[in-house]
Formats: sequence, C-alpha cells, structure tokens
Amino acid sequence: MAEENAAKPFYSVLVLAFVCSALVAAAAVGLRPQQEANRDLDRKKNILYAAGLYQEGKTIDQMFAPIETKIIELASGKFVPEETIKPESYKQLKAALSDATGRKLSNEEDIARLRRLEKYSLVYLVRQGDKIEQIILPVRGKGLWSTMYAYVALDGDLNTIRGVSFYEHGETPGLGGEVENRRWQKGWQGKEIYNDSGDIDLQFVKGKAAGEGPARLHEIDGLSGATLTTKGVNNLMEFWFGEHGFKPFFARLKKENIHG
Amino acid sequence: MAETKMELISRSIFERNPIALLVLGICSALATTGQMTTAFVMSICVTLVVAFSSMTISIVRYQIPNSVRIGLQIMVIATLVIIVDQILKAYFFGLSKQLSIYVGLIITNCIVMGRAEGFAMSNPPISSFFDGIGNGLGYGFILMSVAFVRELLGSGSIFGHVILPLSTNDGWYIRNGMLVLPASAFFLIALLIWLLRTMDPKQQEKD
Repeated sequence: MAEENAAKPFYSVLVLAFVCSALVAAAAVGLRPQQEANRDLDRKKNILYAAGLYQEGKTIDQMFAPIETKIIELASGKFVPEETIKPESYKQLKAALSDATGRKLSNEEDIARLRRLEKYSLVYLVRQGDKIEQIILPVRGKGLWSTMYAYVALDGDLNTIRGVSFYEHGETPGLGGEVENRRWQKGWQGKEIYNDSGDIDLQFVKGKAAGEGPARLHEIDGLSGATLTTKGVNNLMEFWFGEHGFKPFFARLKKENIHG
Repeated sequence: MAETKMELISRSIFERNPIALLVLGICSALATTGQMTTAFVMSICVTLVVAFSSMTISIVRYQIPNSVRIGLQIMVIATLVIIVDQILKAYFFGLSKQLSIYVGLIITNCIVMGRAEGFAMSNPPISSFFDGIGNGLGYGFILMSVAFVRELLGSGSIFGHVILPLSTNDGWYIRNGMLVLPASAFFLIALLIWLLRTMDPKQQEKD
C-alpha cells in the first residue's frame, strides 16, 4: 500500500474523479441519441399496440405512417397549430412541471394523483377521409407504488375502446404488474367509457366481467390480488376522460362533427 | 499467488460462494430473481462490474492512499456501473426497462466492494480479474437457481417460455403467489445454503 503523506490523498482523489467523470460523461453523451431513439420506438410501439395496428415483421415507422400526431389544449379542446408547438419535440411530462405550460391540480381535481397537469397534450389520430377513424390518447396516474403510463385508443364514436397499452409502471410483478399483460388489456376492447347520459361508467369488477346484459359494455376484469392498482387504473380513466382530461376535446370534435 | 486462474474462478462458485458462504449481495438476489431473463442479465452485469472494478483497482493499488481507499473503490465501481447501465439503455432497451433501478443498485452490491477490498487491494490485476469473474459467476449461479424455481412455480415459465400454462391464461396451473414476491427468495436462498453446507461440511460455521 502507498506511503502516506498529507497531500497525496487529495491528488489521487482528484485524478481519479477526473478520469471517472470523463468516462461517465463520454458514455452518457455518446449513447444518448441511441437511447432516445429506443424510448421513442417503445412509445410508438405501444401506441400501435393500443390502436391494434401492431404487426410482427414490419418496422415501427412503416406501421406508424398512417398515424397523425397533434397537440391539443386540454382546457378548450382546441387543436394547437404546429407553428405554435411542434408535436415532434413536445415533451408532455416536462411541460407539466413549468408554470408557463402546466398547473398545479387541487386536491379535489387530482383523483389520479398527478400533482401537476400540463396545459397541452399530444393526441394521435387515424383518419379515414376527413373523418377520424380512431384516436389514441396518452394517460397516466398513480397505482399502488408508481405512476402508470398508458395509451388508450378510442373508436371514431369517441366512446368505444379499441385497445389499451400500459407501457411503464413500477407495480408488483405478477400482481399489479399484470397491467402490462396483453391478455388483460384485450379485455378492454369494445367497452364503452360513457353511458347514455354521458357520465363515465367503467367498472373494474372482481372475478370475470359480465359477458352479456347491459353491464357487458362497461365492466372490465379487475386485477386479482391488486386492488389498489386496479383502483389506480379506475382513477386515471376517470380523470383523463373527465372535465380536466379529454372531455372538452371530445365535445369540440363532436361540435365540429369530424369524428367518425 | 499459488492458485491458478481456474481455481480462482471455481472456488468462488461452490466452495466460497459470495451469496451462500459470505452472505453478500442478498438484496439484489431478492429483487431480480422473479424471472430468469432478468436474473441472467443481472448476473452478467455484476460479473462484468466485479471483474473490471477488481482489475482496475488492482492496477492502481499502489497509488491508492490507505485513508481514502474505500471512497476511491466506490468511485471506480460507480463509474463502471453507470457505463453498464448506459450501454444497456442504448442497446438492450427491453431488458434495461425490466431491470429498471437494479442495475444502478449494483453499486451498493456488497460483493463488488468486498472483492475490491478483500482481494484486489493485495493481488495482481490478472488474478483480481479472474477472482472477479469467479465471484460474478458464483453470484449468477445462485441467482439463476433461485430464479429457476421462482419463475417455474411462480409464473409457469422458463426464460419467458411457457412450461406450465397458467390458469389466468386458460391453462391448468395455479401459480404459487408467494414465489412471485421477492421475499420468497429468502427461503430459497436459505435452502440453497443448507444444501451447499451439507454437501461441503467445511463451510459450516463453528460456534
């Protein structure tokens, strides 16, 4: 072992710290483009899953071609022109954090426990002629341990669920973690979010959801062994399809009559 | 050193396994053994980090002042772990998503630090490198054994391939819910330690 003298520890620590930080910085900067490309692809893949457009053997970009990315203002439901905010570079989660592009939610509003909400949201549209065939919306909310992120795809009637895809969460594997189970997510297909009077009506039931009767349109299997995660999923749906979420956007689409 | 490279590697797998004998690195062994794929990747990452950190520390061991050696060791280890994490994120995105924070937590894995302090500081670089590989493999061996039982009985699959069709997926196998939870690894590791110490009574502690 090295002989001790008072200054030596400082030199060795400084030299090593310099070398280490150079290595870490090089790795972080050098690999960033690749990492961002991965994250982007993962996001797109999940949008495609939710929309039911995912096919093995095709590249993500090919499949993503018919999908149009737009930005809307949540409060008014208006589309934001591309000149104002570019959809490609819009960072929705970051936007929620600044006071210029986001706001704090009050306790009564914040049923999905988001704390802050952005003013603008990305939406993804698949058009058929000038009508919207389906629409894919990013949603998120607190489960038991973590914030869960998902895409929900709706039919042109703005009510029937085409599919969902939960893609990021930190719930217990095997229990709450089953939100990413594609079989469970399939159970969402064909369910209707709003009832006849326009209120949100989704029920996560214990055991198997009703296969027939009027309940069949609104009941989804709960996750067994994960009551609180299921509750979180319920809350996030109620938030995002309510007044502070996409409801004003749906109202505007209906008024302008461009939905399918 | 009298020991050959092969001995350095093999003794850490059975005779002096870092988890079974030294009972180090338990926390990550609980967290990442739910599935064999994650356990496998974790084993590779830990092996690489232990081997290279031991080697690096051994190379500069004469330059490391005694009073700050732990800090310097941690710095080398942390650097390697961050680099491994960045590489995973760039080239194995799916796996890094599954392992999430656990890769970062290799820094706190006692095996890495234990080998740096216990072996690399007093041995030449090449032996330290092989000692690191051995310890990583010994860690991996326990991890894979535990993950095998947990994934087979907890999720009915091996490396994600369905072996026992689960009742939740219209199969016949009702999963063992306890094995899905990390705490079940405690029992499995204890059974493995029991097994190893019965086979090799030298490992038993004298009281």
